[in-house]
Amino acid sequence: MLYTPFEIKETVDMFLRQKLDIRAITLGISLLDCASASGVESRRRIRDKLLRIAGSLVKIGDEIETEYGIPIINKRVSVTPIAMVAAASDEIDYSPWAETLDGVAKELGIDFIGGFSALVQKGIAPGDRRLIDSIPRALAGTDRVCASVNVASTKSGINMDAVREMGRVIRESAALSADRDGLACAKFVVFCNAPEDNPFMAGAFHGPGEGDSCLNVGVSGPGVIKAAIESCRGASFDVLADTIKKTAFKITRMGQLVGTEAARRLGVPFGILDLSLAPTPEVGDSVARILEEMGLESTGTHGSTAALAMLTDMVKKGGVMASTSVGGLSGAFIPVSEDEGMVAAVRAGSLHLDKLEAMTCVCSVGLDMVAIPGDTKASTISAIIADEMAIGMVNNKTTAVRIIPVPGKKAGEWAEFGGLLGGAPIIGVHDFSSEAFIARGGRIPAPIHSFKN
Amino acid sequence: MKAIVSVVGSDKVGIIANVSNFLADRDINIDDISQTVLEGNFVMMMMVDLSKSTAQIGPLKEELETLGETLGVSIAMMHERVFGAMHRI
Repeated sequence: MLYTPFEIKETVDMFLRQKLDIRAITLGISLLDCASASGVESRRRIRDKLLRIAGSLVKIGDEIETEYGIPIINKRVSVTPIAMVAAASDEIDYSPWAETLDGVAKELGIDFIGGFSALVQKGIAPGDRRLIDSIPRALAGTDRVCASVNVASTKSGINMDAVREMGRVIRESAALSADRDGLACAKFVVFCNAPEDNPFMAGAFHGPGEGDSCLNVGVSGPGVIKAAIESCRGASFDVLADTIKKTAFKITRMGQLVGTEAARRLGVPFGILDLSLAPTPEVGDSVARILEEMGLESTGTHGSTAALAMLTDMVKKGGVMASTSVGGLSGAFIPVSEDEGMVAAVRAGSLHLDKLEAMTCVCSVGLDMVAIPGDTKASTISAIIADEMAIGMVNNKTTAVRIIPVPGKKAGEWAEFGGLLGGAPIIGVHDFSSEAFIARGGRIPAPIHSFKN
Repeated sequence: MKAIVSVVGSDKVGIIANVSNFLADRDINIDDISQTVLEGNFVMMMMVDLSKSTAQIGPLKEELETLGETLGVSIAMMHERVFGAMHRI
């Protein structure tokens, strides 16, 4: 036999028992050629182009899933930041672009389309301003559109005017979707150092430096890593690290296989492979439980940051060895509502917002799917964002904030977002004001170590 | 295409016979076969050639799963390339 029984059983178990899957195949499509002085014309071009290039995405995804026996959970599309495309028009409200994207997503049968976005780390252009102002209406009025704004980078510093706006945008988005626990905010990400090729929602967009189209693949598999390290209980960190790395290698190779095959069938270039341990609310698909398997009683206790740092790094190292096109975020995600173990940790009282923030220094993204009290002030939300952006800027890494002030609810109450977004207990924030700090505006300069020229 | 059929469960009379007959009925050739006991489980693996198969791959997988249920074992079929990607550099 070409493969040993152990190898075959290991692979089959990964899919059947440990919930390994391709979390998303995301087709990135440039809309730069869809700009027009007429908004109506621009949206017509967008619709035509998306249907032309992504028309067979779902069909091809399903075919590969059946043929290879690998579950492909989500098929998605990411597009050029809409602020760049819509800016050519004289329309003030950009939400019709979101409605067009939403309509196309439903026609294609994809679950999310990302790219209602703006890149404003250095400054806010008129198109960016209009897009930012349109975000609450766009998100509350659509089902499948995801928005993001990059407000900081290691090279440019933090645009504190934009950070101040983000607090307001998030409050308004929550208010417009108050009947659904502020669900609109779950489709909105604020970034520092946003990757241009990220296949994961809600932060996916097709960066302006990308080609006309490409297929990016997001692989997940927290259950596989947990199962692998269950075999090294009591072993030293060297053994643990090596086990994680080897497992990440195998998972990435599988993702590379599917990604290149899907790109070939779609007739587009293969973009990147993003190996991110992306949890779901299902039991057995949790990143928090991996940290606990390492020896922590409950995630959030002392040692959690070190455990997560090692996990993220080993996932990256295994992934980089397995594929020459690793990109996106690659590492470990620590969303709260989307991870059954994280939810349990908040409930148990071991995980607070401050510890979560510390852990984002070493995870692959940031504060993700965190429900906070509905009466949290816009300036406090902006200050939470500013802290997270500072972590990304200084550490030369991507950080993001996806935070939901749940209307009418207080700390300790439950917020439900449904499906893969899950639900979470609301985490308390500091009551002390950051108002005067956020009111300053302007820019926090880039750190000294950004000058590498 | 080549695929790997894995059968895992408790051992009993007729598992190999049943699975082989099922495949033969659909003109699926068995290129290689091996059997062992891993962690207390009966584990059988077959490398099969689907190039002349009379069954479509989607329904075929579902029928294999159903066959597994009647035999009290878990049967899975995956593309051979998945194993190559994971275990061979």
